[in-house]
Amino acid sequence: MQIPYTVAARPDTGLHNSKLGIWLFLASEVMLFGALFSSYILLRVAAPEWPHGSLLLNVPLAFLNTVILIGSSVTMVMSWASLMMKDFQKYRRYMGLTILCGFGFLIVKGFEYTAKFSHGIFPSEDLFYATYFTLTGLHGLHVIGGIIVNTYFWGPGSRMWKTEPERFTNRVEVAGLYWHFVDLVWIFLFPTLYLL
Amino acid sequence: MQNVATAPHHGEAAHHEERASFWRTYVFSVDHKVIGIQYMMTGLIFLFLGFTLMMLMRWQIAYPTKSIPGEWFTLLPGAIALISIIVGLISKRKLTILFGVLFGGIAWLVWSMVSDETLFPQGIMLPELYNSFGAMHGTIMVFLGVVPIAVGGFGNYVVPLQVGAPDMAFPKLNMMSYWSYFAGGIVMLSSFFIPGGAANSGWTSYPPLSDIATTGQTVWLFGMVFLITSSLLGSVNFIVTIVQLRAKGLTFMRLPFFVWAQLVTSFLLLLAFPPLEAAAVLQLMDRLAGTSFFLPSGLVISGQVLDVSGGGSPLLWQHLFWFLAHPEVYVLILPAMGIIAEVIANNTRKPLWGYRSLVFAAVFLGFMSFIVWAHHMFMTGMGTVISTFFQTTTMIISIPSVIILSALIISLWGGSIRFTVPMLFAVAFLPMFGIGGLTGLPLGLAPTDIHLHDTYYVIGHFHYVVAPGTIFALFAGIYYWYPKATGRLMNTTLGKIHFWGSLACMNGVFFPMLIQGLAGVSRRLYDGGAQYAHAQNVLQWNEVMSVSAWLLAIFQLPFIFNFFWSLKKGKAVESDNPWGATTLEWQTPTPPPHGNFLKVPEVFRGPYEYSVPNAPKDFLAQNTP
Amino acid sequence: MEHTTTEDIKKHVRSYILVFVALLALTVITVGVSYLHLSVVPAVILALMIASIKGALVASYFMHLISEKKLVYFTLVLTAVFLITLVALPLLGYHDNIE
Repeated sequence: MQIPYTVAARPDTGLHNSKLGIWLFLASEVMLFGALFSSYILLRVAAPEWPHGSLLLNVPLAFLNTVILIGSSVTMVMSWASLMMKDFQKYRRYMGLTILCGFGFLIVKGFEYTAKFSHGIFPSEDLFYATYFTLTGLHGLHVIGGIIVNTYFWGPGSRMWKTEPERFTNRVEVAGLYWHFVDLVWIFLFPTLYLL
Repeated sequence: MQNVATAPHHGEAAHHEERASFWRTYVFSVDHKVIGIQYMMTGLIFLFLGFTLMMLMRWQIAYPTKSIPGEWFTLLPGAIALISIIVGLISKRKLTILFGVLFGGIAWLVWSMVSDETLFPQGIMLPELYNSFGAMHGTIMVFLGVVPIAVGGFGNYVVPLQVGAPDMAFPKLNMMSYWSYFAGGIVMLSSFFIPGGAANSGWTSYPPLSDIATTGQTVWLFGMVFLITSSLLGSVNFIVTIVQLRAKGLTFMRLPFFVWAQLVTSFLLLLAFPPLEAAAVLQLMDRLAGTSFFLPSGLVISGQVLDVSGGGSPLLWQHLFWFLAHPEVYVLILPAMGIIAEVIANNTRKPLWGYRSLVFAAVFLGFMSFIVWAHHMFMTGMGTVISTFFQTTTMIISIPSVIILSALIISLWGGSIRFTVPMLFAVAFLPMFGIGGLTGLPLGLAPTDIHLHDTYYVIGHFHYVVAPGTIFALFAGIYYWYPKATGRLMNTTLGKIHFWGSLACMNGVFFPMLIQGLAGVSRRLYDGGAQYAHAQNVLQWNEVMSVSAWLLAIFQLPFIFNFFWSLKKGKAVESDNPWGATTLEWQTPTPPPHGNFLKVPEVFRGPYEYSVPNAPKDFLAQNTP
Repeated sequence: MEHTTTEDIKKHVRSYILVFVALLALTVITVGVSYLHLSVVPAVILALMIASIKGALVASYFMHLISEKKLVYFTLVLTAVFLITLVALPLLGYHDNIE
């Protein structure tokens, strides 16, 4: 039994199923992070005082992380482009780089967190840190999720290239959309938490 | 493709299948029909559990100083357990027996609580336990019962069939949705057994109370994460299925209204649940990491200032919660309206009146549902501008509801009405939903809401919509689609007893709530208002309501017996389309095989071509050339 | 995936590199702007504007939104409307209260 339009696009919508599916999922993620941003705004507006992010957080490290994540977005889209150009080895290299960048991001984040913990600063410290840890923590969980998916497609999942190359390319594209979204969230998180 | 004759799937059906393993075919199946039935049966068990909790509460409300006769309350689920087990043994259906065993579990849970002196000292429910039951009754009914049945059960089973698809767009994701729901249910249930008991801060979990409540609240939050995940995965699946997998010729305006209802519902679930998930994360941080997202500064608990950083906002929770919970109530009613539309068209033998109006109203309703939420918050000190905004949008949202109800009522006019059991429930739905909807109006206007907020009037209002509203629609759906899923009809006499008894009893439970609420009786009073001044003149209604509730339970027995008995002994259908229906799910073998359609369907007309002049039969199926 | 030739992909790749450079530049700018120590309101507006441009670049080019189908646009616009509602109305409620 075949589900139609898993690979080929449906003519009237112009989409294949997982493309529509991932955009719908991303819409829900927009609402998730959006709700957290909305909470941040409300709490900050109501607060009598709120520290400037750059005074309490490590801006250079976060800048580095921003570069890493944006870079990983490029390598991710390049991995898809490589598949479109039928270059499987290039795909593996770019996907591998994407995964490494993901780990790099997490390592930097881990360093930031442990630096705070070792100074006795935890989420319970105040609302600023509560917001910082929660928002970056949930974002970090999403990065981990993305790394797992990408590793699967770099590793065992890539076997599909031999049997159904178009379907595999679609899957990588869809994984890419998720990964770009994770980057997008960080693009807003970085200035919000660190620079304002 | 699976052999049609061998596989009635029922509650993860009991037959030994020769081919693929039992587990693969009926438990870890990716077939939308099996998954639909899994949702249905699990949902029905939770529905009954939620009902049982309420029955216990109602003893407390009616007789706050009398020791509870625990044996009687154990007897009812026990009776159901026994009936199911016996029927299962006679008809040799393993899963009917399993269902009975699970009901036995409910009976055991009731007995262990009622006989626990620390929970029921001298047989009288502790107020803390009452609060737990109240919070869990709401949570279980909404999130573990009604929505899984309406969307997970009916949606999963019927939607792919009605759009002419072989399955959902993402069958494996569908299976994961079910198991995520199941996990969430187990997590929620487990909270009854931990120290401090289950969540007890209302299904609404308002902080600061919920922030400092017992451990059960943390378990509730984790349970919600599982349920929300299940819902999100499911809604993606539904939308993609409806948009992408429609058969050739099945344009949007030829879709059965049931499918439109599920489409709008899925968008509501997709976009409204994440803010609650965010809120749950924040509350988990408050409870587990000591943050103060929802705790204001200087909060004093039992004479002690709470040692937290403060600065948080309890109102923030309310905004995030109700942003979901208002669309959630439309999630509760839309699939029900969809079912009613199908049953009415089929049993009047004429097209629905105002199909386009129904569709536009449903879509408009879905959109509006996102911008009315703070009508649940009129008493939080909001100013006139924002209050006016939400009152206005709330009044506007009643318009599409009225359009839908009116279209359904007008659809009866001039029809050749067949009062089949599904039709009885469908016709009763109309005035019951009418009462539910009308009683909402004074709640949506701030001046009257001042008097009615947090009173029994609210409880009466929403139960009218959900109980003789949605649940009646779910019953209608079960009696209607049962023959497609099983090849047998449920017994009509038992169905009529179920119907009339339920109709009378539901009104007996919920109408007096409107009276008590107008008198000023608050909700969530563990003694039914015995010590509350406003309640003194209307206390006598408590007994009326409680007795009605217990009778309502008795009237479900014929339904449960009928459901399992008819699997083997019900009258076999004489055709694949016993009701003479037009929609695609009736143009398949019975039950539909894996892959649903023997031939890829093509659609030539709209969904309700009944009594077409000069047609050979009084209906024209959508896929008849 | 639609019929895209290797030529089309090569053009896309060129745009990816350009976007990457632009994103890096904008990141530097946004950090630089923060050193200006503007007051809250202009700082927030500027930061949000730059972030939005960066976001739009990622969405349009890496996520191919610029050539996406209507249905996807529709979903995203609907989401944006509801998100704005979620942010704006509670804020309005905060400012507009009975005290």
